[in-house]
Amino acid sequence: MKKQTIDSRPAGPKPWYDPRVRSLFFQAVVIAFVFWGGWTLVDNTLSNMESRGISTGFGFLDESAGFAIIMSLVPYDATMSYGRTFWVGLTNTLLVSAMGVVAATILGFLIGVARLSNNWLVAKISLVYIEVIRNIPLLLQIFFWYFAVLSNLPSPRQSVDVGGTVFLNNRGLYLPEPLTQDGFGLVWGAIIVAIVAVVGLKRWAKRRQLATGEIFPTFRVGLAIVVLLPVLAYFVAGQPLVWDIPALKGFNFGGGITLIPELAALWIALSLYTASFIAEIVRSGILSVSKGQTEAAHALGLPNGLTLRLVVIPQAMRVIIPPLTSQYLNLVKNSSLATAIGYPDLVAVFMGTTLNQTGQAVEVVAITMAVYLTISLLISLFMNIYNRAVAIKER
Amino acid sequence: MLKVRSIAAGAALVIGTFASSQALAASTLDTVKNRGHLQCGVTNGLPGFSQPDENGNWTGIDVDTCRAVAAAVLGDGKAVEFTPLTAKERFTALQSGEIDMLSRNTTWTLTRDASLGLNFAGVNYYDGQGFLINKGIGVDDASQLSGATICIQSGTTTELNLSDYFRAKGMEFKPIVFDTSEQTVQGFSAGRCDVLTSDRSQLAALRSKLADPSSAKILPNTISKEPLGPVVRQGDDQWFNIVKWVLSVQINAEELGVTQANVDDMLKSDNPNIQRLLGTDGDMGAKLGLQHDFGYEVIKHVGNYGEMYDRNVGPDTPLGLDRGLNALWTEGGIMYAPPVR
Repeated sequence: MKKQTIDSRPAGPKPWYDPRVRSLFFQAVVIAFVFWGGWTLVDNTLSNMESRGISTGFGFLDESAGFAIIMSLVPYDATMSYGRTFWVGLTNTLLVSAMGVVAATILGFLIGVARLSNNWLVAKISLVYIEVIRNIPLLLQIFFWYFAVLSNLPSPRQSVDVGGTVFLNNRGLYLPEPLTQDGFGLVWGAIIVAIVAVVGLKRWAKRRQLATGEIFPTFRVGLAIVVLLPVLAYFVAGQPLVWDIPALKGFNFGGGITLIPELAALWIALSLYTASFIAEIVRSGILSVSKGQTEAAHALGLPNGLTLRLVVIPQAMRVIIPPLTSQYLNLVKNSSLATAIGYPDLVAVFMGTTLNQTGQAVEVVAITMAVYLTISLLISLFMNIYNRAVAIKER
Repeated sequence: MLKVRSIAAGAALVIGTFASSQALAASTLDTVKNRGHLQCGVTNGLPGFSQPDENGNWTGIDVDTCRAVAAAVLGDGKAVEFTPLTAKERFTALQSGEIDMLSRNTTWTLTRDASLGLNFAGVNYYDGQGFLINKGIGVDDASQLSGATICIQSGTTTELNLSDYFRAKGMEFKPIVFDTSEQTVQGFSAGRCDVLTSDRSQLAALRSKLADPSSAKILPNTISKEPLGPVVRQGDDQWFNIVKWVLSVQINAEELGVTQANVDDMLKSDNPNIQRLLGTDGDMGAKLGLQHDFGYEVIKHVGNYGEMYDRNVGPDTPLGLDRGLNALWTEGGIMYAPPVR
């Protein structure tokens, strides 16, 4: 009986008439072609390079580089390897990108909110800022900040001098550098204790507010703890800090921390440019929150500031985050324009000088592309995690 | 079925793309003859070496080196198209076959010769690295430059020489690396650096670009050897020989007193050296795969080495560079070419 049922089922189509089998077959063929194409490309490149006597491989990374770099976050000198120049370039790229992301975000949010201000002048100034900055090519803006500003600064011997400790000239901004002495560990300890205390305070205040409705001035008290506790520890430990103050030695200032003009120009240009896009994103995010939400908050008696902070911004963030991620990615990629003004980023150092001295273009370009891809994917990943955290929770 | 056909078409396209890259293997000489002009890589603007004038005509000693090859191969010194390249782009352009030869004040070094798949076909200018300083900083010698900020162009041997020099002397410096020589001069004139370093021949040219050339001076020190010359791809020995011997013909012509002006009279010369050079005797051209009178064409269209030098960088030009090392070996220099025989 059972057997009969199976037999009575209509016979399936022949495999080559089965749409499922056919679709799988063609997908397999396409994948095979893609892999074959990729492999042929790599193989052809390698054999062509070999036949033309061009060296290949990554052995060059261990050779001594022999050239100097003006700014490095990791220890570097000319006797170190080409591999090291990669890290120098990478850290410089990450530095300017991180500085740019922070500044562009703050500035972009301020301008985006100002664009919606009821104050006519503030709104129009923001409008003009956005329309001017985002419509001029970034490269020109970088040149402007570099050459226009640079040529207006004095030479080292006529530096702008702020209280004999901070100097500004066309070689950069020189700041005193704090050098920690024995016993500074106490101050670090105090900072950690203060942060933990503030986090605890915030939780306690929230619980108390939920229970009793009373609002505790967390911000002011927290600020006092964060500032006073380390300062107290600093004096208890006997002021374990000396300042390395920059001084004119020969042609240039030595000592202290230097912010080189290339970094400053690139940072300013990237931040201002990206901020103009972020401002528009913020504006669209805020406008996407229906007016009823604001009116409801006002009806509950929330003042303007709290309405913005507690009702509008959290809902606007859901619209803001995805395009904001794209802007961060753009900023990181745009930082490669550094090479135009001589800031030693990854493209200038590694894909510039290192590529030229070794001549191994294929390897160096491949590494550099992989790095930008990795940085971008990491930013996307973190922003997606954050996006999920602020996304609407369907209950 | 349609799907299969489109895949096959796609595959054919891919194969076709790869096959066309193999066409590079054809002889450069045939490629140039078929195309009707020489594709030559030069700088993107360096007075005396290669620079376009207001009408778009390129002039300079590197440009003339290209024109001489075009005259030898095609019988026409104007049958050249120039590809302006930055220091960073130059080797890739040659390796990939975008240009037939590179004549872009490029220093001959072991690494470049041996690991880039390239061959240096001779030296058309013996140079050395020097320093251009702002007079205001009051320095007379490179050994006083400790702590200086120095502008350099990226992708040059200059970057390495500079680092070596300061390291050997135990001095410190801060390098500012720009992409093009234009930006390097801009950085220098904006006061970003105290010193600009480059090959000495370039320093004279770059100094002339400053708003006030008298505000800067060139230090007497020469910190490196920079033999500059034309470069070709490895693996085409015939083409390598052509470029090498065209330059040698120009140097030999100067030595033998054959000039652009007297080359027609020289055809009647009974000096066997001149006869071989101009192709009235022997078949030197055929050995290179060229016309028998390729030497005549070179001198007729471009002139001998001395004329090429004087016209572009010599004492009567804005650059005003003395022959120095670039004088013939018979006149106290080191310009010496193997004999045409």
